[in-house]
Amino acid sequence: MTTATLQPMAASGDPTAAPTRAAPVVEVQNLKAYYQVSHYGVVREVRAVDDISLRIEPGEIYGLAGESSSGKTTLIKVIAAATRPPLNVVGGTVRFRFGGETVDLYGGAPPDLQALRWKSFSYIMQGSMNVLNPVRRIRHSFVDFAFRHLGQPMPQFMKAVGAHLERLHLRPGVLDAYPHELSGGMRQRVTIALATVCRPEFIIADEPTTALDVVVQKGVLAMIREVQLELGSSLLFVTHDMAVHANLCDRLGIMYAGRLVEEGVTARVFREPRHPYTRHLIASLPRIGDTKPREGLKGVPPSLADPPQGCRFHPRCPLAMPVCSERVPPMMPLAHGQGRVACFAATPEAIGKDAG
Amino acid sequence: MLGILRDLLRHNREFATGAALLAVVVAMSALSFFSPYPPDTIYIVPPDLPPSATYWMGTTSRGQDTFWQLTFAIRNTLLFGVSVALLSRIFSLVIGLLSGYLGGAVDRLLMSLNDTFVVIPLFPILVLFYFVMRDSMSWAMLALLMACLGWAYDARLIRSIVMSLRTREFTEHSVFSGMTTRQIVTQEHLPYVMPIVFSTALNNMNWSIGFEVTLSVLGFTNINTPTIGVMIYWANQHTALVAGIWWWILFPVVLVIITFIGFFLLAVSMNEFIDPRSRLSRMKGASA
Amino acid sequence: MSPPLLEVDAVGKSYSMGGLLAREQVRAVHEVSFTLESGRPEIFTIIGESGSGKTTLARMILHSVPPTDGQVRFRGRDLATVRRRRDRLAFMKEVQPIFQNPFEAFNPLKRVDRYLFLTARRFVGAAGRRASEAAADEALRKVGLSLAEVKGRFPHELSGGQLQRAAVARALISKPALIVADEPVSMVDASLRVAIVNLFTRLRDDLGVSTIYITHDLATAYYISDRIIIMQKGRVVESGPAREVLAAPRHPYSIQLKNAVLSPDAAGSDAALRAALPADEDAEVAMTG
Repeated sequence: MTTATLQPMAASGDPTAAPTRAAPVVEVQNLKAYYQVSHYGVVREVRAVDDISLRIEPGEIYGLAGESSSGKTTLIKVIAAATRPPLNVVGGTVRFRFGGETVDLYGGAPPDLQALRWKSFSYIMQGSMNVLNPVRRIRHSFVDFAFRHLGQPMPQFMKAVGAHLERLHLRPGVLDAYPHELSGGMRQRVTIALATVCRPEFIIADEPTTALDVVVQKGVLAMIREVQLELGSSLLFVTHDMAVHANLCDRLGIMYAGRLVEEGVTARVFREPRHPYTRHLIASLPRIGDTKPREGLKGVPPSLADPPQGCRFHPRCPLAMPVCSERVPPMMPLAHGQGRVACFAATPEAIGKDAG
Repeated sequence: MLGILRDLLRHNREFATGAALLAVVVAMSALSFFSPYPPDTIYIVPPDLPPSATYWMGTTSRGQDTFWQLTFAIRNTLLFGVSVALLSRIFSLVIGLLSGYLGGAVDRLLMSLNDTFVVIPLFPILVLFYFVMRDSMSWAMLALLMACLGWAYDARLIRSIVMSLRTREFTEHSVFSGMTTRQIVTQEHLPYVMPIVFSTALNNMNWSIGFEVTLSVLGFTNINTPTIGVMIYWANQHTALVAGIWWWILFPVVLVIITFIGFFLLAVSMNEFIDPRSRLSRMKGASA
Repeated sequence: MSPPLLEVDAVGKSYSMGGLLAREQVRAVHEVSFTLESGRPEIFTIIGESGSGKTTLARMILHSVPPTDGQVRFRGRDLATVRRRRDRLAFMKEVQPIFQNPFEAFNPLKRVDRYLFLTARRFVGAAGRRASEAAADEALRKVGLSLAEVKGRFPHELSGGQLQRAAVARALISKPALIVADEPVSMVDASLRVAIVNLFTRLRDDLGVSTIYITHDLATAYYISDRIIIMQKGRVVESGPAREVLAAPRHPYSIQLKNAVLSPDAAGSDAALRAALPADEDAEVAMTG
C-alpha cells in the first residue's frame, strides 16, 4: 500500500493544531436530556445527559469516548436533533454555526431541519444496512438522500456523485450494485460516501467501524480521515474503542454516567490522563508487546435512573474524598490549554469554588 | 400474573371496557341458574308479548320468556366457545412446541398435517358432518370437531416462536446447565409462548361462537338446546321480523355483539401483555 | 500417561447449500488439528475474523455440532460416540462454554440465579436449596461477585459486565477441566474486559483449568495466551507460542492482521491511518473473504 498524499480541497488550516479562536461549529451548553417514562403508573427519569458543555471547532475531529450506559448515544441523538419522546431535552442549548449563520436547535422557534440535514450536517451510522435500502440499487440511496439538496438536474447530479466516489477511491460501478452484493466494509464505505456527498460542515459518526473486522476497520477509518480532511468538515466520532480515538481524533472527551469527566488534546489525554476514570481506562488497555498485569475496575457503572450523589464516579474511585459524595465536581480548565477535567482530586481549587 | 391484570385494568382503557362488557355477559349467563322456567319447554307463557314490567324482554312466539331464554342461550354459547378454545389451544400448543423444538422429520410431518388442516374449508365440512350425523350430532361432538379444525394457524405461530427461541444463546446455556428437552421447552420457552396462546384463545372464542351462530341459524345443529344461534333460528322460523316480534331477534343479537366486542377488546389490549419487550420494560419500570 | 485432554484431529465441517438441483459445498472448517495435554493447563487462543470458522470449530469442540471430517477426542474418547444422556452429562460436567453476548446468556424472563442453582443440582449433586446456594456463591466469588448481588435478579437488572461474570460463574460450578470461551469480552466494556481475562489466567494457575479463548482481539490475546493459532477461511495459517507468533508473525495474513491493529501508543497521530491509504478493496476482499 502506497502512502497517498492527501490534498485537502478546502484550506481550513491544520486540523491537528490546538483549537482556534474561530467560532465553533457546534456549541453545547449545560445540556440536559432525560428519558421520562410513565409506565402503568410508575414514573422514571433516566438522566442520560446531565449538564454537558462542549465545543467542536471547525475542521477538527472530536472523539467522544464512553462505555455502555455513559449516555454518549443519547448525547449524539440530541445533537443530531433526533430526539423523540420519551427522550426530552429539559435544559441547555445546542447551537450550530453553518456558513456564518447560527442555528439554535432547542431555544425558540424550531429550525428547518429538512434544509440542514445532509447538507449542513450528516450522520454515519453503525450498521450500513440501516441506511442502504436492501431492495434497491445503491444509486437510489444517493438519489433519496442527496438529490434534493444539491439542486441539480439528474444527469449532473449523477456525474457529481460519480466524481465524489472516485475521489474516495470507490469504483463508480458500485452505484449499480445492490447492498447485499458488497462486503460489509464496502457497504460502510458507501455509507460514508453517502453521508459526505453534499459536503456537510459537520458529520456525526456513531461507532461506524465497531461491527467490522479489524483489517477492514483500518481501511474504513482511513477513508473517514481522508474525507474529513478533504472537506474540512468537523467530525464528532463516537466509539468506546480507545485505540481508534488514539489514531484518529484531535481532541477527546470522556463521558461517564451522563457527564463529561475529561477533555483535551488526544495526545495529552493518553500521556497524562487527569481523571481517575480516564487513567484507569488508558492503563487497562492491553497492547501487543506488553504483558504487565492489569487490574480491572471495581464496581459497576451506575444506573442513570438512580445515579450516585455528587461525583458519579466516586463509589469506584480510588481517590474519593468526602466532598466527592456531596458535590458535583465542576469542569475546570487545566493549565496551558491542556483541556478540562471534572474532578476534585485533579483540580483541588474546585473544592473552594461554589458548586456549578 | 394477577399484578399484570390489575395493571391492565387500571391503565388500559380497552382492557377495562372489554372486561366490563364481558362481566355483563357472564352475569347474564350466571342468571340462567336462577331461571324460573326450564330451558326447553315451550308455551309456558303467553306468546308474542312486547317488553314490559313483567316480561323484561317480552315473550317469544313459542311461548317462552325471552329474557330467561337468553340467559340459557348465552350460557350455552359461552360454554361452547370456551371448550372449543381450550381444546384447540391444547392441540396447537402440543403440536407447535414439538414441531418447533424437535425440528427435522418430526417437524416436516407435523407441518404437512398442519397445512392440510389449514386448507380444509370449514363450513362445507361442518355442514357435511351435520348431514351425515343428523340427530346424533351433539354439542360436545360439534365442539370437538371445531377444536380439531381450529388449531392449525396457531400451531404454526407457536412453532415459529419456539424455533427462534431454540437458536438463542440462553437455550444453549440451559442445555449446558443440564436441563432436559422437556424442561427447556416447558420452563424456558413456554413463558414466551403463553401470552400468544392466551390472545389467540380469545380470537378463537370469537371464531367458534361465530360459527355456532351461523350453523344454528341455518338449522345445522341441535336446535332443541337454546343458544344464541338457535334463538335466532326459531325467530326466523316464526318469521318474527315480519310479524313484528322484533324483541326476539334484537336482544340475542345485541348480547352476542357485546360478547364479540368484549373478547375483541380483550384480545387487542393483550398485545402489550404479549410482547416480551413491553413486559420487560414494565418490569424495569417497577424495579427502578 | 493419561490421554490428552482434548485432541482435535484433522477436523473439518462442510455445509451443503442450495436447493434440490444445485447444491454446493461450503467448507467452514478445513483440516484443523491441535492437542491440549491434561495435567498441563494452558490458555489456548484461536484468532480469527468473521468467516474464519472459529465459532464452528468451537461448536464442534462443545459437541453441539458434529464434524464432517476428522475427530474430536476428549480424554481419548471420540465425541461422536457420546450420545446417551448420561454420557452427555458427563461430558458437559467437564467442558463448559462462555458465549459472546452477555445479554443473551440468560432468559430475560427468568431470574439469573436459577441457572446457577440448576447447574449446581445437576452437576455437583447439590441436594436442597442450601447446598446449591453454597455452590453458586462459591463460583460467584471466584469471579468477583457474590450471591447476594445476583440473587433474585432478572438479567435486565444487571450490567453487561456482571452478566458475563455470572455466565462465567455458571460455567465454573461443575469444576470443568476445559472452558471454551467464544469472544467472551468483545461485548463487555473495556474497563471490565481486563477483569474477565485476568480470571482465565487465575483459573489456569490456581485451579488447573484450561481455556480455549476465541477472539479477534490481538491485544488481549497477547496479554494472556500461552499458545495461539490463527485461522483464515477455515484453515489454520499460523500456530505456535503466543508471544512469539504475535511479536513476529510469518504468514502474510497474520502480518496483515497485526498491521491492522491500532495501537493506543500512537495517540495524537493519524500516521497509521494515512499509511493505510488508498485502501485496496480487492486485496482486502481476497484476504478476508
